[in-house]
Amino acid sequence: MKEIYLDNAATTRCLTSSAKRAYDVMTEDFGNPSSLHMKGVDAEKYLDEAREVISKSLRCREKEILFTSGGSESNNTAIFGGALRNERNGRHIITTAIEHEAVLSPIRALEKRGFSVTYLPVSKEGVISLSDLSDAITGDTVLVSIMHVNNETGAVQPIEEAADIIREKNKKTLFHVDAIQSFSKLPIDLKNTKIDLLSVSGHKLHAPKGSGFLFAREGVKLDPIIYGGGQEGGLRSGTQNVPAIAGLCESVRFMTQDMDAHYRHFKELRERLVEGLSDLENVYINGPADEKKQAPYILSLSVRDVRAEVLLHALEEKGIFVGAGSACSSNRPHISNTLIAMGLEHELLDQTIRLSFSVFTEEAEIDETVSALKELVPFLSKYRRG
Amino acid sequence: MYRAFMLKYGEIGIKGKNRAVFEEALRLSTEKALSRVGDGFTVTRPNGRILAEAKGDYDFDEAVDALKKVFGYVSFHPAKIVDDKGLPELYKEVISLFEKEYGRDIKASFKVKCKRGRKNYPLDSMELAAAVGEQLLNAFPGLSVDVHEPDIYVHVEIREKIYIYSKEFEGAKGLPRGVSGKTMLLLSGGIDSPVAGFRMARRGVTLEAVYFHAPPYTSERAKNKVVKLGELISRYTGPFRLHIVNFTDIQLKILDKCPRDELTIIMRRYMMKIAETIAKETGCLSLTTGESIGQVASQTMQSLNCTNAVASLPVFRPLITYDKQEIMDEAERIGTYETSVLPYEDCCTIFVAKHPVTKPRLSVIEKSEESLTGEIEPLLEEALRTQEVVEIV
Repeated sequence: MKEIYLDNAATTRCLTSSAKRAYDVMTEDFGNPSSLHMKGVDAEKYLDEAREVISKSLRCREKEILFTSGGSESNNTAIFGGALRNERNGRHIITTAIEHEAVLSPIRALEKRGFSVTYLPVSKEGVISLSDLSDAITGDTVLVSIMHVNNETGAVQPIEEAADIIREKNKKTLFHVDAIQSFSKLPIDLKNTKIDLLSVSGHKLHAPKGSGFLFAREGVKLDPIIYGGGQEGGLRSGTQNVPAIAGLCESVRFMTQDMDAHYRHFKELRERLVEGLSDLENVYINGPADEKKQAPYILSLSVRDVRAEVLLHALEEKGIFVGAGSACSSNRPHISNTLIAMGLEHELLDQTIRLSFSVFTEEAEIDETVSALKELVPFLSKYRRG
Repeated sequence: MYRAFMLKYGEIGIKGKNRAVFEEALRLSTEKALSRVGDGFTVTRPNGRILAEAKGDYDFDEAVDALKKVFGYVSFHPAKIVDDKGLPELYKEVISLFEKEYGRDIKASFKVKCKRGRKNYPLDSMELAAAVGEQLLNAFPGLSVDVHEPDIYVHVEIREKIYIYSKEFEGAKGLPRGVSGKTMLLLSGGIDSPVAGFRMARRGVTLEAVYFHAPPYTSERAKNKVVKLGELISRYTGPFRLHIVNFTDIQLKILDKCPRDELTIIMRRYMMKIAETIAKETGCLSLTTGESIGQVASQTMQSLNCTNAVASLPVFRPLITYDKQEIMDEAERIGTYETSVLPYEDCCTIFVAKHPVTKPRLSVIEKSEESLTGEIEPLLEEALRTQEVVEIV
């Protein structure tokens, strides 16, 4: 059976060329970039090259890129490292109700240590309000953390405007953006946007797992969370994962070479899917109606009377892999904070799936998914829970 | 330092003519259990006990752990094997083992027990025990003799070689694997049924198992969890076959045709039927479930009557009088609890009614099932035909 993989917001297939690059580095240029001899120098070149490619794509400086193990580590470094180092600027943090756990958990940990936290609400469409943000910033605000694209709905947050507002209200406030679902798919211009910290994960963009980076603007002071040999300017000790970083470099180059074309492709896929499902009853699309506020590679779908997990497995039987907004079970319900914050009807909270595309997703795959849903939804919604 | 283990069985000692059969079963399952430890062990049965001798180096804790899972033993001891080089040498060996196991400063009462497998040894058992005891008293000032209720026993057995042992581990008890016929265990992903399987196996019963899944309502992970549970209990029960039966269509058919509050009970009856069919095909003489009176609606006496009514083989419910907490404690002890509580939905809960019948009457249930006649039979056949068999080792 042919596989149709529509869970690219969870992870992506590594590009063959990136995997090949990582393999070659592992087996040939395996040196430690900190070594003084040639093997070290050879390895270091991959880091330099990756920093160059990444910084160009974001319009920042090479030395502002710190390699990490991925998104969670980048978020943790930004939040712990940023808030604790700059504690004397204040002990108030602002974030949103729809952040990923890799942002919310570290912030909650700081809350336990005495930081106060404002969680910005979102509209029904899942977008924060800039006036809420503006109202929340005080002289005591040390850090604001807002995600660029929400991982469950694809709602795009207004990070550029947010950056301006933050700068205006409190110059000392650090602005962190979790760009894990957006980097390489939506444009980010760090030269013209006053973002201080930005987190990226490699495996969301066809790079090896275990790769990622944190952008930290020059002059922004951070405490490391991993101490040791002082790699990455002392901010992230530990021998760099050179093979994965070499793979990441390859993938970033591929993904950013023609972002406009990719964007158009995503948009066509999403429109095709939405159009295909338009005559299906009891199916609702979550997220902004305004296409400028919606990342076109994520689609959140609520299906009345069909539990997400069941629909997911039923699609799986047809070789179609999607994500569930919540990993729900009868024993331990774990419901998505994003959907709750959007005020989604309670019933639908565990009846919501997520389809997410990659640049390799084909129209024919969308068509097959549409017919699968048209077949499954009426059948599955017939059998309700007791 | 321990080359061997001396293993002691209880109940099977009194089984008369069957004794040899039981001993051989015990010997075999011991050999099997130890086959994964080091280079394995040679297991023999000299008079009234089982002796496992290591073929090479091995990890002591691993061996003890494996032996604790072999049914049929009351206790076992790590043993030192020495050549007969005369009494002074023997005393030295006993003293060194004793010091190793209890330390120089031990304060306790003890008794030496000797056995002679060869009667040409210069001292008789009583004399030898007295002599060894005296040596120990001299070597360890904190020791005293108590021949009635000593804290510590020291055993010396004179055979071809001499076996010295003292430290005692509690055995798993029960009967040796494979002496009591085979049962079909209805295994779910829950806490109870693995414990029920363990309990049956502890009485020497061999297992065959059946698991019902309902894709897409239950996931691959739920199935893997059951396989994992099977592997965990197989350390005790020995290898067995797990039959995985797709129950979705049957369940949906019942949902279509029967009252919702009777769903669970009717489902249970069809599971029982399928389990029994496979049981008979595979030579099982009984069915086993993890049910306990009153635990849930389908386990009231009335419900149990209804499910029981479809089976012609005896249905054993080893946990029938257990409290939930007792079952959980036992699951914890045998190591299945953590896996059992992984949160994957199983097929009994997906469509469960908010208020299922708790006192079903058989005649009412049978009447409800009439609506399935003609439609359910092909589904049962299909479920049996498409069953997947996994060898659990």
